[in-house]
Amino acid sequence: MRVLRSGAPQLLAFAAVLLADRLASPQFLAVHLQDGRLFGSLVDVFNRGAPVALLSLGMVLVVATGGIDLSVGAVMAIAGAVAASLADSYPLPVVLAAALGTGLACGLWNGFLVASLRIQPIVATLILMVAGRGIAQLITEGRIVTFASSELAFLGGGALLGVPMPVVLVLVMLLLTLALVRGSALGLMIEATGGNARASALAGIDTRSVTVAVYAWSGLCAALAGVVAAADILGADANNAGLWLELDAILAVVVAGSSLLGGRFSLWLAVLGAFIIQAMNTGILLSGLPPELNLVVKAAVVLAVLLVQSPRLSGLTLLLRKP
Amino acid sequence: MPDSVLLSVRGLSKSFAGHQALAGVDFTLRRGEIHALLGENGAGKSTFIKTLTGVVRRDAGEVWLEGAPIAPRSAEAAARAGIATVYQEVGLLPNLTVAQNLFLGREPTRFGLVRTREMRRRATALLADFGLSIDVGAPLGRYPVAVQHLVAIARAVDLSARALILDEPTASLDTHEVTVLFGVMRRLAGRGIGIVFVTHFLEQVYAITDRITVLRNGRLVTERETARFPRLELVHTMLGHALAETEARAEPADRASQKESGTPVLQAEGLGKAGYLQPIDLTVASGEVVGLAGLLGSGRTETARLLFGAERADRGRIRLDGKPVRIAGPRDALRHRFGYCPEERKTEGIVADLTVRENIVLALQARRGPFRPLGRAAEDKIARDFIAMLDIRPPDPERPIGLLSGGNQQKALLARWLATEPRLLILDEPTRGIDVGAHAEIIRLIRRLCDEGLALLVISSELEEIVTYSDRVIVMRDRAQVAELAGSAVDLTAILRAIAAEAAPAPVPEPA
Repeated sequence: MRVLRSGAPQLLAFAAVLLADRLASPQFLAVHLQDGRLFGSLVDVFNRGAPVALLSLGMVLVVATGGIDLSVGAVMAIAGAVAASLADSYPLPVVLAAALGTGLACGLWNGFLVASLRIQPIVATLILMVAGRGIAQLITEGRIVTFASSELAFLGGGALLGVPMPVVLVLVMLLLTLALVRGSALGLMIEATGGNARASALAGIDTRSVTVAVYAWSGLCAALAGVVAAADILGADANNAGLWLELDAILAVVVAGSSLLGGRFSLWLAVLGAFIIQAMNTGILLSGLPPELNLVVKAAVVLAVLLVQSPRLSGLTLLLRKP
Repeated sequence: MPDSVLLSVRGLSKSFAGHQALAGVDFTLRRGEIHALLGENGAGKSTFIKTLTGVVRRDAGEVWLEGAPIAPRSAEAAARAGIATVYQEVGLLPNLTVAQNLFLGREPTRFGLVRTREMRRRATALLADFGLSIDVGAPLGRYPVAVQHLVAIARAVDLSARALILDEPTASLDTHEVTVLFGVMRRLAGRGIGIVFVTHFLEQVYAITDRITVLRNGRLVTERETARFPRLELVHTMLGHALAETEARAEPADRASQKESGTPVLQAEGLGKAGYLQPIDLTVASGEVVGLAGLLGSGRTETARLLFGAERADRGRIRLDGKPVRIAGPRDALRHRFGYCPEERKTEGIVADLTVRENIVLALQARRGPFRPLGRAAEDKIARDFIAMLDIRPPDPERPIGLLSGGNQQKALLARWLATEPRLLILDEPTRGIDVGAHAEIIRLIRRLCDEGLALLVISSELEEIVTYSDRVIVMRDRAQVAELAGSAVDLTAILRAIAAEAAPAPVPEPA
């Protein structure tokens, strides 16, 4: 109950966006089962939103430490390229291990730059954001690498109990991250580090390891998102896979109510934030409005969210409420 | 000689949000004089400087420079008028070259372009005047702080400063660098420039200044020639004890005066760090409270930070129960069951957004590591127990700690360390900034903990407070240990005398 109450604004926002979508497209909420998989616009929102939801699971932890990870889009491209290149020659576990391992390595690199070399997160991860896409192109040798492996394709197009695999993966990752972060004391340590790094270090928290861990997790989540994106299109496009998605992930985290200065975070709200964004995207596509409008609408939503969170504005509403 | 007066301040006042930070302060600076401005934390020194130089607007008062009233609105305006300030954090731009820093905003130009070579030539000449021969084309940040200070002073003087304010210029300098700086100060004074010298180092006050002004609680306490101001009296004046009064107030401590001291828990031998703290020897036994006394900046906090590993010592060693241990960081200290409540509660103590419960369990959880979580039930119990035991208010473990009063935050921080069942607890100014009631409670708590066998090292500026609870007192001055008082020798007068003693190192009685 408490959890739901803390996410009330986001749940309301999600409901509002879905309602708007329903108004724009009467078929929006219709869901039907076909070949053992659910179809419909609403299902699409979750399916299409899955990569960003995966990214935001890592991003929300990074942001909670007061950092930011701009490289997740590029890491998606790298992991997708690795997965697509290996898919037809190796069994799926090997392919997944290679792709996720690459993502983990990217995350460790970011963590090393931020925690050990004390480079500002935005600059440290910018390095991989720029270089990562080049690395991905090196792996694909500048081509779009396609594959035929049905095992890998299943991760993008398959379904489990009717639920599309990408959505299943988001749920699995959400539960896994929750278990890892909230089941241990890592969550507390992440929030403490983001809230006051000096005090946390003096209280004996290994703030450096905490920082490395969140970037590593972000890399891992990004790699999984990259695999899902590649599996979806049966190929890896080093130029476009995950392009600008780091911004959507940051947006999702902000919509989830996290402060970019670090501190408190909520994993499930970050995932919800990703789906809110996707619901807007889908809605605009369905409404027949020009897709360019998408960006404007997103900007408006960001502004609305930030206004709601602004301490000055909340002071103002308090004043207004006073009789 | 009235015409020797360079800067005259009359009735300078400033209040912040109802708090009178500066109340009608008079100050006179003469030509060619080095004038110490002294006072403890919160005495109003920095407010005085900021108000004088227009960084903050004054509420009342007048400032005359060479007989003409001035009212600068900013530090730049003050500098143009002839009063330059060099702060402890130099305030120049480390990424620009030395020459660019010296001529920032007044670069020699031709057709709108900066004449770099001309600028460098003039910079070199200017610094040569200060006995400094360095590559002025190199970024300022490459040079040690001492050089940066000299560059800042050179810039200020070259901007035709007639009065120069040096705010703790020596805080991060080593002995040799201080000598060089003093040479420069004397030369400038010889040229007729008046220098206001803010420092915490009494040695330096007596080494270089002609006159002393003491502020306390925003008021002028006294202004006197340095040569006629005995150290002991100066310390009394700064701390605000009348001499006669101290004798009466020195409480006969209720300590069983020769309490058989327990086994030494902590022994520090020659622990120190270059440019930070001169080597100290220190022993704390279980069931003992050792007080660290001294003026602000005397090395008290530095001692605590070295012991806890918040700053890494480069000499000496620490023994725990007689066995040498390595303390390379707070995590090592925590593992050896040390606890440390830092002086800066807001920046180094609390995590404001987290709840009281989370703040309390933080250190205990840190010692267990991330993968052995206490679990919510255990956390709740710990939080509830300590909230009850220390009477933390409001008694809501789920309230963000940032919303609590200072005293309750301090209690929660104490709880954080008590929850780790420490063997040695270091408290740095445990009663600063908290109200009277909480103050007494914390002192009672210190005594109780000590009775329970904890070894305590307590730092405080409140000397009466230290006298009431300490079994032994170590007195610090100028980043060195100068005296150790034990048993019945622990009284206010003795501490004051030790603080004020001459530079010659006072004999340190060996604690058996």
